Amino acid sequence: MKQKLLVALTTMALAAFGTQAHAQAEKAKTGKLSGDMVKVAVMNDMVGLYADIGGPGSVEAAKMAVADFGGKILGKPIEVVFADHQNKPDIGASKAREWFDTQGVDMIVDVPTSSVAIAVAKVANEKKRVFMNTGAATKALTNEECNPYTVHYAYDTYALANGTGKAIVQTGGKTWFFLTADYAFGHALEGDTAAVVKASGGEVKGAVRHPLSASDFSSFLLQAQASKAQIIGLANAGGDTINAVKAANEFGLTKNQTLAGLLMFITDVHSLGLKTAQGMMLTDAWYWDANDETRKFGKRFFEKMKRMPSFDQAAVYSATLTYLKAVEASGTDDADAVMATLKKTKINDVFTKGGYIRVDGRMVHDMYLMQVKKPEDSKYPWDYFQLKKVIPAEEAFQPLSLSKCSLVKK
Amino acid sequence: MSEIFGIPIQAFMGQLMLGLVNGSFYAMLSLGLAVIFGMLNIINFTHGALYMVGAFGAWLGLTYLELGYWQALLLSPICVGIFGIVIERSMLQWLYKLDHLYGLLLTFGLALVLEGLFTNIFGVSGQPYSIPDELSGAFNLGFMFLPKYRAWVIVASLVVCFVTWFVIEKTQLGAYLRAATENPKLTQAFGINVPLMVMLTYGFGAALAGFAGVLAAPAIQVSPLMGSNLIIVVFAVVVIGGMGSILGSILTGIGLGVIEGLTKVFYAEASSTVVFIIMAIVLMIRPAGLFGKEK
Repeated sequence: MKQKLLVALTTMALAAFGTQAHAQAEKAKTGKLSGDMVKVAVMNDMVGLYADIGGPGSVEAAKMAVADFGGKILGKPIEVVFADHQNKPDIGASKAREWFDTQGVDMIVDVPTSSVAIAVAKVANEKKRVFMNTGAATKALTNEECNPYTVHYAYDTYALANGTGKAIVQTGGKTWFFLTADYAFGHALEGDTAAVVKASGGEVKGAVRHPLSASDFSSFLLQAQASKAQIIGLANAGGDTINAVKAANEFGLTKNQTLAGLLMFITDVHSLGLKTAQGMMLTDAWYWDANDETRKFGKRFFEKMKRMPSFDQAAVYSATLTYLKAVEASGTDDADAVMATLKKTKINDVFTKGGYIRVDGRMVHDMYLMQVKKPEDSKYPWDYFQLKKVIPAEEAFQPLSLSKCSLVKK
Repeated sequence: MSEIFGIPIQAFMGQLMLGLVNGSFYAMLSLGLAVIFGMLNIINFTHGALYMVGAFGAWLGLTYLELGYWQALLLSPICVGIFGIVIERSMLQWLYKLDHLYGLLLTFGLALVLEGLFTNIFGVSGQPYSIPDELSGAFNLGFMFLPKYRAWVIVASLVVCFVTWFVIEKTQLGAYLRAATENPKLTQAFGINVPLMVMLTYGFGAALAGFAGVLAAPAIQVSPLMGSNLIIVVFAVVVIGGMGSILGSILTGIGLGVIEGLTKVFYAEASSTVVFIIMAIVLMIRPAGLFGKEK
């Protein structure tokens, strides 16, 4: 008897909780905005080797987007919060969980470092919240790891490989050797580029994998030199690319071999200096000195951060703005409704004209093949890139027919 | 072409040479740590940050005061040394009687503060510092193309290491120093100013880190994180060599540089771990390190 009573009571309690939770969810839907506000969270590497690419600059970019949107959405406030994931997937995932569960965050943006991005995408999927990745490179985000709530906004390893790899092979750089950062991103970039090189008629002579944040590259470069490949593809990023380029100059590699930065940001070129970086080819998603609109944005950003925005930072601005517009158009911050709006809206802003988000979450837009200017050709500060070729949106990214994403109907 | 373990002998020699260059840095940094630990019993986690400050000293000197490399090589370590003395007088001196852990915590905190400060001012991508004209270019050694600058690093570091070892182990001053560590009260009773010696020792250790920083500046990007990328390996070197052993840290530093260099050829993925594997093995066999004395 006693036991039956206990069971009955427990069931009642559970049912009561259930209705309460359900009522809350209902309220969130009809009350339009959960928590009566929209909270955008910037997560990236704030002080480590990728901090100049995104870092505090991305937070500033998100704040600029909020300011340009008008500071309020559907009459409610917009808040920007941020956190440092220290390039560690466990830290990124638990922070995302905390944000979604207890802080009422609606959307996470930026998140460089592929391994962290994949971890955060999984949390976003589980919690059904929007994740707009601008910082990470791995194309897995829109392939094996794709989910209905993740947008990959700025670039990916396919676009980088396709831009730099193809263009260089076409101009005669047939033999390649890769210097690869030994983690998910490096492997993906090396794999994609190698595939493009081979498909375009080139040959891959070999590769060497270095640990992340290696302090000395001379040993790896000596192996690259011994390979006698024409092109040394740097499948790494940030400080690693910088130190590799520096050592390559010192060891005289650049006399007979050409360096290709497979992922280089303008901030890397800035800190290397044109004397060392000149002549390198790279694929860029956005450049501040492209037209009047980008120049205006660049200068506004410069006044706040004392440096020009990287394409990641410009993408954070654009992604945040696009998200806010979608929330307004949907009339709610419910992730399913916002994602539906996002996937049918063209994006026209300082970052892209006519960009759109595909079913797999890939934002498709033009990419640019750039060459680093010679010191004598640079006329003013941050005048670093010469546009070699616009890669049209349709060619720049992996076609849907090759996608491994489960959302793509075949 | 002849081969060693499937690697062409030329590549092998080249890697050996590069290992020597890296080993020189390890030796110089671990030497400073060993001196400070041996004399002061402080586990100086600020060392990496001081190395970074030394490199930035060179860059700041060049950018704002137009000081060349050679002046920087002299002035920057002196400034870092003075900075070290300030740290010692204002903070560290109160910790000698406490457990090692307190010194470690204080110096670790200081390192974070310094790195944070420099990151805030200069950004993490760092600043370029060119190789001085006299040392640009390269020697063709037949088996490899050795930049003159790297050769200079080996020479400079060997000289500094030797002089330090000589002063501490073979001179009157060194004898006082060693006596002061062994039994500070008794040494003071003989009329030797022990606190002054300790202060100068820390300053000297810091200056060594600063010197290594200036040497590194043209070879790698001057960035706020350059120290923390290196410091853990350097600590491993000190542990393997034997805490506080001067000769041990020099020899282990160079030796590990070479081993790490060769690992980069045979299995590059393991190059960041090999030092720690060696450390684990050494600690199992000789807990006091290769050259350390059991206490």
